[in-house]
This record gives sequence, structure tokens and C-alpha cells, in this order.
Amino acid sequence: MPADFLSNLYVFILAGFVGFELIKRVSPLLHTPLMSLTNALDAIVVVAAIIIAGRQETPLATVLGAIAVAASFSNMVGGFVITDRMLRMFKTGKQQKP
Amino acid sequence: MTPEAIQQYLDFAYIAATVLFILAIKWLSSPASARRGVLAGEIAAALAVGATLCNPELVSYKWVIITLIIGAAVGVPLGMVHMTAVPQRTALSHAFGALSAAMIGIAEYYVGVPHVTRFGMGEIGLEVIIGSLTFTGSLIAAGKLQEILPQRPIVYRGQNFVSLSVLSAALLLAIALVVNPANTALFPIMVVVALVFGVLLVTPIGGADMPTVISLLNSYAGFSAALLGFVLNSKVLVVAGALDGSSGFILSVIMCKAMNRSFTNVMFGAFGQVQAGAAAVTEERTVRSASPEEAADILAAASRVVIVPGYGMAVAQAQHKVRELFDVLTKKGIDVKFGIHPVAGRMPGHMNVLLAEADIPYERLVEMDEINSDMPQTDVALIIGANDVTNPAARTDASSPIYGMPILNVDKAHTVMVIKRSMSPGFAGIDNPLYYMDKTLMLFGDAKNFVGSIVRELVGGHS
Repeated sequence: MPADFLSNLYVFILAGFVGFELIKRVSPLLHTPLMSLTNALDAIVVVAAIIIAGRQETPLATVLGAIAVAASFSNMVGGFVITDRMLRMFKTGKQQKP
Repeated sequence: MTPEAIQQYLDFAYIAATVLFILAIKWLSSPASARRGVLAGEIAAALAVGATLCNPELVSYKWVIITLIIGAAVGVPLGMVHMTAVPQRTALSHAFGALSAAMIGIAEYYVGVPHVTRFGMGEIGLEVIIGSLTFTGSLIAAGKLQEILPQRPIVYRGQNFVSLSVLSAALLLAIALVVNPANTALFPIMVVVALVFGVLLVTPIGGADMPTVISLLNSYAGFSAALLGFVLNSKVLVVAGALDGSSGFILSVIMCKAMNRSFTNVMFGAFGQVQAGAAAVTEERTVRSASPEEAADILAAASRVVIVPGYGMAVAQAQHKVRELFDVLTKKGIDVKFGIHPVAGRMPGHMNVLLAEADIPYERLVEMDEINSDMPQTDVALIIGANDVTNPAARTDASSPIYGMPILNVDKAHTVMVIKRSMSPGFAGIDNPLYYMDKTLMLFGDAKNFVGSIVRELVGGHS
């Protein structure tokens, strides 16, 4: 079993626990923004896509990488935009009007 | 600087991004700090993307820059969609995320072959299968939510057998590839079979189960990214994928609990079909209906009102009229709260976002358990476009298909008013005894128009 696998597994398990503890505490009020924000964070796969598309090893890999860059970067941009839009709407009665 | 030294600096940027990811979710826990969470996420993303662009392995920027621009050009409009379209946008973004994870896995295979190890093949195989099925599954979900595809569950005999056979086929192909990773002919077949399974997985699931399905697809998209992190040995992907995956997983568990159903029941149960016969046998019973004037008088005389919104409110685009109603009642000194069932709408938190968009203060949006303890002291419960989540049969009738599902106990309020288009049963096809109770008034009509008429009556001010 490769050593990399084991260190990745450690990270995965620890991150999973951290995620579980943090997400449990997110108010149900914010479940929709939670989903769109984690989507935007998940779009970090764009970094892998950029490397595949920019390394230009084979034409096939470059094309697949290019599709992946477009798909994940649109998620990243769109995810942050919509999450921020939603959160700006959540106001308390006091903030709203006197 | 040597490439190794650059690589080290890049690793520091990724570590910083990872920390910011965790902070982003931590800050999202309450509305007061949530926007700071988005900022942390944005900085993390900028750091990680910026660092990657400095990677010495990149030999050409042409396609990278072009596709980043395309991505941004697609992403911004998708971020600007109307709040009612958020569920389908979310499903589409799961599809995009899974697509890119699958594409990268496929590219890794073809670049690596014939030097892909068996272990590496196992990782790639699993990653590509999950990515592919999530891609097509999410597209089907988005199609159903956008109503391009029928929202009813599409079922046929032997469906579960067919679906599971297709999944087994994909897994067997992956195993064959692990035995011989150089067998390039099998790889595309595995991808296609996994794509087909995604379609089969979501097609039988009805619209009312979408909150669970979206959460589950969210979880799959996250785990496929985490697996990709294993394939590429990238810790930042492992962490982001684990966070996204566990988020989706927790949300699916919450959604399942809120419907008193198990995962397997949602995925393989095809809810709506089964009860079609049961609903037909109920005899004709009388209901009391009321006009907007009568409804306005009752509301004006109340001191505590709970409004229960459902998917029907979103369909009728009635949330802004509901806000007007909220304003006019609040001005009369009436205490108005909103009772939000966890599965109301088409995705987790859907109703909260719609009502927040309509400028209703979020402290007025109350969770199920909390609002249920207020119900006996509530003068009027006004139900707008919700059905099954208010059905008292879930508490009282052990033979009901939704028996045991936690509901909003609107039947405990002194008066119940239900705005509904007609007497047709809800999505699950189950009759709702609430409508035949003596304290219940049915307000037949379009939610938006009806609420608008009530508001006009109240403002007209003869009360």
C-alpha cells in the first residue's frame, strides 16, 4: 500500500470529522447557502484541472483538462456569487427598517 | 529558484487555503458571521488558483486562460439566477463538479497508462465511477427541478434489479481494470456504464424527495473530489472533498429523518406511485371554504399567527405577497411567525432563502420543533402551498404511508386556514384529514392572488 495513500487517508478522516462537527452546528436557516458554499469550495478541483490542461502531455488529456477547468471554475465563481447574494438577504428585523 | 523550491511555496499556499476552507464553514454557522465565511472561501480559492498558475509544470497557458474565462462567463450568470431557481442551479453545480472530477480522473488514466499501478487503478476506477454517475444523476435532478423532465417518479417492473445490475457491471469492469490496468478497451465502457447508472438512479425519484437526492448528490460530488485528491496525492482536494462530502451526507441524514424514511427507501422506494390506489378509496367528505374577506377578518382578530409555507408558495411566486401580509399583520400588533419544515421545498433550507429574499427577518423563521411547542397557543395557522408536512395522519394513522414522519402540528392551532388550488392530494398522493376538520377553512385559489386579496381586505381596514 503506497505511503501517500495512508497519509491522505489520515487527512481525509480528520477533515471528515472536522466537517461533521462544524456542519452539525450550521443553522437549518442556512442550509441552502451551506450547500452552495461547499460547492464553491469543492470546485477547488480546478487546481488539478489547470495542471492537466496546462501540462499538455497528450491532446486527449489537454481537452479533458480544459473541460474540467471550465466546469469547476464556473462552479467556483457561481458558488461564491450566489452564496453571497443569499446571505445578504438574511436580515434581522432591526437591520431592515426602523 | 529550483522547481522543487517553488513547489514548496505552492504547498504553503495550499495549506493556507485548507485552513481558510475550514474557517469558511465555521463562520457559516450563523447569519451574523456567514458573509465572513464566504470571504474566507474566496481568499482560499484565489490563493489556491494563483499558486497553481505559478506551478512550473505548466508549459502552456493558452487553454488554461481560455477555459478560466469560459468558466467565469458561465459561472456569473449561474450565480445570478432567481432564488426560486436555486435548487436546479445547485443540482447543475453538482453535475459540473462531478464532471470535472471525472474528466481529471479519465485524463490521469490515459496519461499514466501503461504505468498505472493496480492500487492507483483502484483509486481512479472508483473516482471515475462516482464522478460519472453523479454527473448524469445531477443532470437528471436538475432537469426534473427545471421541469424539463417529469417530476413524477418514473418506475417500471424490475427497476431495482436493472439498476443494481448496471452498478455491479460498472464495479466489475473496475475490478477487471485493477487486475489489468493496461486493458484500455475496458475503461471507456466502465465510464459509459457508470453514466447510465446515474440516469437510472435518479429517474425513479419524485420531486418531493429532491431535498434528499440533492443532498446525496452533493455528498457524492464531494467524495469524488476527495478521491481525486487520493489519485493526485493532493491534500487540499482531500480536505475540500471531505468537507463537501460530509456536508452533503449530514444534510441527507437530516432530510431522511425529516421524512421518517431510510436512504434505501428514498433511493429505491419510488414513493408517489404506491399510494395512488389508497387515495382513491376515501369517500366524499365536506370541507368548509372561505372567502378572502372572511380570512382577513379571522386574521385581524388573531393575536398569534403561524404561516406554514411549502413548495406551492414557491411555484406560485407568492413570497412577496406573503411579506406584505406579514407587514400588515405585524403593523396591527399581531405576532407572526413562519413554521419551516426541514423538507419544505425542493432543497434543504429552500423556504428560508425564499422568505429572506422577500425581506422577512430571519428571526421570524422558526424550525419545526420550536414552532410545534407554540402551536396550541396559536390563533391561526395559515398554510400556503404545503400539504404532506402538515398531515396529522403522520401522527395518528398507523396505516398511513407517512406515519411517523415529523410534521408541523398545525391541527393544534385554534383555527387552520389552507390556501390550495383544489382538493387534489399532495405530491405523495395521500389524503390529508386536516382539510376535513371543523376548525379548518379551505381558501381555494392561486396562492399569490389569494394572499394579495387578503392583504387588500386588511389594508382596506374595516376591522
